[in-house]
Amino acid sequence: MRRIDWPAHVVLLLGVALFILPLWLVLAGSTQDSAAISRGELSLIPRLSGLHVYADILSQGSPGAGPVWRMLLVSGAMALTIAIGKIVISILSAYAVTFFRFPFRMAAFWTIFITLMLPVEVRIVPTYSVMSDLGLINTFPGLTIPLIASATATLLFRQTFLVIPDELVEAARMDGAGPWRFFKDILIPVSSSNLAALFVILFVYGWNQYLWPLLVATTPQLDTIVIGIVKMIGTETQTEWNRVMATAVLALLPPVAVVILMQRWFVRGLTDGEK
Amino acid sequence: MERRTIFPGRAFPILLVLPQLLLTFVFFLWPAGQAIWSSMTRADPFGIRTTFVGTENFYDLFTDPLYRDSIGRTLVFCVAVSVLSMGVALLLAVCADREIRGRGWYRIMLIWPYAVAPAVAAVLWILLLHPQIGLIGRWLNRHGVPWDYKLNGLQAMSVVIGASAWKQVSYNFIFFLAGLQSIPRAVIEAARMDGAKGWFRFRTMVLPLLMPTVFFLIVVNLVYAAFDTFGTIQALTQGGPGKATETLVVKVFRDGLINLDVGGSSAQSVVLMLGVIVLTAVQFRFLSRRTDS
Amino acid sequence: MHRRTLLAGAAALAASPAALPATAWAQAASKTKVVFWHAMTGANGDEINRIARDFNASQSGVEVEPIFKGSYPETLTAAIAAWRAGQAPHIAQIYEVGTGSMLAAGPAVKQVWQLAQDTGLKIDPATYLPAVRGYYSLVDGRMASMPFNSSTGVMWYNKDAFEMAGLDPEKAPVTWAEFATAARALKEKWAVPTMAKSGGQELMATTTSWFAWIQLEEYSAIHNLPFATKADGFEGLDTELKFNAAPQVKQLQMLLELARDGAFKYTGRDNTPDPVFYSGQTAIGFGSSAGRADIVRNAKFKWAAAMLPYDPAVIQQPNNTIIGGASLWTMTTPTRKPEEYKAVAQFLQFLAQPENDTLYHQHTGYVPVTLGGYELSQKQGYYEKNPGADIAIKSLTRGTVTENSRGLRLGRLPEIRNIVYEEVEKALQGQQNAQAALDSAVARGNRVLREFEKSVRT
Repeated sequence: MRRIDWPAHVVLLLGVALFILPLWLVLAGSTQDSAAISRGELSLIPRLSGLHVYADILSQGSPGAGPVWRMLLVSGAMALTIAIGKIVISILSAYAVTFFRFPFRMAAFWTIFITLMLPVEVRIVPTYSVMSDLGLINTFPGLTIPLIASATATLLFRQTFLVIPDELVEAARMDGAGPWRFFKDILIPVSSSNLAALFVILFVYGWNQYLWPLLVATTPQLDTIVIGIVKMIGTETQTEWNRVMATAVLALLPPVAVVILMQRWFVRGLTDGEK
Repeated sequence: MERRTIFPGRAFPILLVLPQLLLTFVFFLWPAGQAIWSSMTRADPFGIRTTFVGTENFYDLFTDPLYRDSIGRTLVFCVAVSVLSMGVALLLAVCADREIRGRGWYRIMLIWPYAVAPAVAAVLWILLLHPQIGLIGRWLNRHGVPWDYKLNGLQAMSVVIGASAWKQVSYNFIFFLAGLQSIPRAVIEAARMDGAKGWFRFRTMVLPLLMPTVFFLIVVNLVYAAFDTFGTIQALTQGGPGKATETLVVKVFRDGLINLDVGGSSAQSVVLMLGVIVLTAVQFRFLSRRTDS
Repeated sequence: MHRRTLLAGAAALAASPAALPATAWAQAASKTKVVFWHAMTGANGDEINRIARDFNASQSGVEVEPIFKGSYPETLTAAIAAWRAGQAPHIAQIYEVGTGSMLAAGPAVKQVWQLAQDTGLKIDPATYLPAVRGYYSLVDGRMASMPFNSSTGVMWYNKDAFEMAGLDPEKAPVTWAEFATAARALKEKWAVPTMAKSGGQELMATTTSWFAWIQLEEYSAIHNLPFATKADGFEGLDTELKFNAAPQVKQLQMLLELARDGAFKYTGRDNTPDPVFYSGQTAIGFGSSAGRADIVRNAKFKWAAAMLPYDPAVIQQPNNTIIGGASLWTMTTPTRKPEEYKAVAQFLQFLAQPENDTLYHQHTGYVPVTLGGYELSQKQGYYEKNPGADIAIKSLTRGTVTENSRGLRLGRLPEIRNIVYEEVEKALQGQQNAQAALDSAVARGNRVLREFEKSVRT
């Protein structure tokens, strides 16, 4: 074991502190008196006696919103579908524009790329009418499909693929690997840390969607956890802040699980280390 | 930048891009076309009466001195948010990439804040920074620091920049970490940052290899700062005091979603879209030239 | 193998929520369904569900389904997107400042009087509080939308602070001059930084929520001053803002002076200053009467509500205040059948019954919108048990409604309020005086009105 790397620890601890304070506030807040939170008298010390709020929200939900477990399920399904869908679609298209030559190749890339710059707000009304023409309002596909197209992921994969050494591609071709085997056996493993990074990001992206699910879903059964939280934050009426915060803590668990799961992919394997 | 080695075949790659293109056409290009059309019309929110007005909406925008002011303000805001969030994230990623004890733990702690729901994040900032009920805001005032971002424009701008950048640090951290992970260990070891010499090595050896990630993140962060910060700004300052924190996207959202001014907000969206496209195209050129050489 | 099961699990998860709505629809197939989009959160959201449950249980032919559609602006946007796609809900809850847009919506909505004509719905405008129905009616008195959750501006004050400052806690300031005197006294004797009582809090004598609404729109109504020409916009789209007249400038000037002397503090736009009052940091806070529930629950001091002050130099007999809140609009689709409109009418009639109106009033912080509902609450002794809960109604029913106190009928009113905030904030920062602030707000606001006029005129 090497000597302790003090500067790195100091920087990282500062970074963690920067992030943990607001999150700690949610955690501590979830166990406190709702009125005190409204007044801004939030204490940084959690009250153990307030922990029962978690059991409450899981079983009966909160004013304005249904039980948390159902919303977690909808959010989870939505986030998974969006993340996986985006990755599959983007990696394929990035592969095509980087490793092949076909008519309108760059036009295709730019078409995908500029969509990154289209604000949601201008898209909402037209997108809604398309989904309605397709009969997808208030369905699970309607909830997810418009969110699957992704310029970001395509751009990222293209960037990764561009710097793959030519020798690697040549070697694969010598071995008689076809485009599909090359994709499966070389490209995917090489971009694994990016894949993991992207999965984490896209899962959270899908998890946190608000405006589109709000517009397209018209039954409480399709409420996501984020919509649930917004419903609980009362305007012109008292808000059960401890419940809101407890729900927010529960809403964090699945993304945290994803991060932990993806850790493995971030850690360099032995073979990598030796190259 | 182009790849030299390529696979033969035409039908196969077209098949591969088809799903992405299809979604793009239906959910982006079609709506974008409608936005461009709307930007040249004047219409009521329900679309019952629509008149073609040509470039009038654009003319109105650019003759409004207040709009021109907010272009400059938006540039400052976007650059500040991108530099701040990417700088902090890169520093953290470089540290977390070292062979240190507890790095798995550090990574989790630095990544999961990204998952905080935006609705809750907004409430958190108020509970922290609000001059009267916020934990930090109140502390500052008690200790004689006149903290009042409701009326101090500079403080308000700092608050929205800080909050917007905070939200994006985890995102950048993940990709910097992934980028660093794909650089061969030997290069990283050689560039261990021990003082000035280490920084030089980092700049000449690691950074060039990290360039694809940096470029990707510049684009993403600019787009984020330009479009996705509406919620944060709306919750904290609503664009005020005065117009101190009104960026272009705040105006687009307000005109589009609250004032239901279809033509005007579409024209603003088109301007915003063109702005970001030009910015990225310039970067694209500039960076590919540098990576090529 | 491991990966495959994970994906299969994901697919199963993905499939299950989609299957749910189908079963929900099957149950209600035999009844006429009325979809009701609303913007109510928290306990108020539960209250909407309670009303729907009660209505559904009260008869067997109609099933009302309430659906939350986000904030007020989000609900309005959702309703517009849905109408354009032919999927509008039967009823949408639209905030009062969106009334101008909805009245220009032509075929998208069926106004209450039309609905009454088509379905035989019996709604007598005379049963509503005049200040409430005025906001949602046409000039000739025909009702356009159904009044629902309504509130008005009031003055909340901290009795403990009044006592400490040597003011009579049972006598709230009635005129703006009295308010200014009280504010200065509170600043001198209560909002002192060294005060041990403050518990490390920064105390400020007075503040206001909803600056644009309370200090300008309500002020103009109370003093019978036009906020805009053409009867505050009721009589034509070619209306022009008028709120830069001498009395309004004087009011802003007074607040600027109090702010300069530390006796008034600006703490943000819309309702964001609300917590400043119930956390005990200000002695007088102007706000919406709907904020009562929050104060009841959070304030740890003795408090009371009073009507907004007036200026006897401008008016001897002050007018009623105007409302805030939202109303219910009936929306159309190309395929909507007459029995669906009948069902809507049935539900609206249910809401208008005094016993339901009074229940909604008592469960939420909103005022009863019908005279019957108000009387019923009085008879039940509700106001004896909840002192101050009727301040809002007293304020709304004071005097007779004039064309200056009926409400505002202006397009893009949210933007006009936004402009007011911007200009007032600049004045509070010392960048311009009261007259310049209101002149500039009027000039900019008029451009917004002209743009709106052009967009809705054929």
